[in-house]
Amino acid sequence: MSHSASDASGSRVRGPEADGSAAGPDLAALLRTSARGDESAFARLYDATSARAYGLAVRVVRDPSQAEEVTQEAFLEIWRTAGRFDPTRGSAVSWILTLVHRKAVDRVRSAEARTRRDSTYGQKNQAVEHDSTAEAVEASLEARRVRQALGSLTEVQRQALELAYFKGYTHTEVATMLDLPVGTAKTRIRDGLIRLRDTMGVGQ
Amino acid sequence: MNATPNESVHALSGAYVVDALDETERETFEAHLPGCSDCQAEVASLREAASLMADDAALAPPSRLRDNVLADIRNVRPMPPENETNVVPLRRRPRRLVATAAAAAVAAAVGIGVVAEQPWRDDSTTTTLTATDRVLTAADAKRVSLDFDDGSSATVVHSAREGRAVLLTRDMAAPPRGKTFELWLQDDAGAMHPAGLMDTPGDNKVLLEGDASAATGVGITVEPDGGSEEPTTEPIALFDLSEADA
Repeated sequence: MSHSASDASGSRVRGPEADGSAAGPDLAALLRTSARGDESAFARLYDATSARAYGLAVRVVRDPSQAEEVTQEAFLEIWRTAGRFDPTRGSAVSWILTLVHRKAVDRVRSAEARTRRDSTYGQKNQAVEHDSTAEAVEASLEARRVRQALGSLTEVQRQALELAYFKGYTHTEVATMLDLPVGTAKTRIRDGLIRLRDTMGVGQ
Repeated sequence: MNATPNESVHALSGAYVVDALDETERETFEAHLPGCSDCQAEVASLREAASLMADDAALAPPSRLRDNVLADIRNVRPMPPENETNVVPLRRRPRRLVATAAAAAVAAAVGIGVVAEQPWRDDSTTTTLTATDRVLTAADAKRVSLDFDDGSSATVVHSAREGRAVLLTRDMAAPPRGKTFELWLQDDAGAMHPAGLMDTPGDNKVLLEGDASAATGVGITVEPDGGSEEPTTEPIALFDLSEADA
């Protein structure tokens, strides 16, 4: 999966052509095929995106076993709603990760999950098969560019964005944590995303 | 809405993308989104940016997760590619606002209307039917029309002399489930006053509640069933009466 600037140039959002770059399969096409009930297409879609989906879920919910549940639920939802994906409104990978993120945040905000999160159940599974799949290697190359782009944000923008995206806090909670006036954290989050978007050359 | 009067619902876009809104704000923004092409485009582009952050978190899952996922999907049929089911089924966007300055003023005024909720009366009673007809035929009647992208349109007919305003709709979509359209009269201070609810899709003729003699604008918002005492979302339509043609 490539997010290079050249992929996005000329299109307002990353479309199927970006997903179909040489670095990975055409995720939008796999979603389309999956929507017709093709399980092998969905397996390939899973292979191309599961490291990012699971990694994101682990970041947000922390507990690997809960992250696994969240990822499993999210992929079932992706399967069910694959036909609703609209490539004119964004890339397949962002559609998938949006769904995963929403589920992870819902999980981390539920009080019941909160009490279970600190249990040790599932810890033994941590780092199981922490192998270097093609996706993970490629993502780590891309991650370096993303980290550089995040480095171009102001400190407050970056912190606000990471607290919201990776920790699942609301903007009001973020404001409290960063000693910002209520209502300004959401502006920092938005400004940070805009700068990240423009630096990475996506979604223009 | 939790926002102060000067804050726009547009400013929620970034926090929406990273799921950092509370439930009320999320509902507010999702009600606003179908009618705002700017926010739709911004949300789409910011989602691309946010999803890049997941690259940095990538972690290979245990192989049993793959087995579980593939076992799950064997028992579930993908939904047909129907539109709209997972979005608010409201797609109306004013192609043009009559006066953007006035529109901005109305938007800025969202949230500070302070008039008690009034019951909506339809025009099926003799009294209001007469009032409606008096407005429609008034010598000083002014009309402001808006066309929407889905082919529907709406017109406000306002008579300062009669002190009333009438909303005419054509091919209006139904409000989202659990929501209603609420009508508002804007005064010259910018405050929005509730002027009735409208739930019936299609063609409507609605006499707005309240004294419209000094009204400078009419707005329509999407509100929870039963309506609100003040707008909780940005208007999906704004009619600037000060610019109306006689």
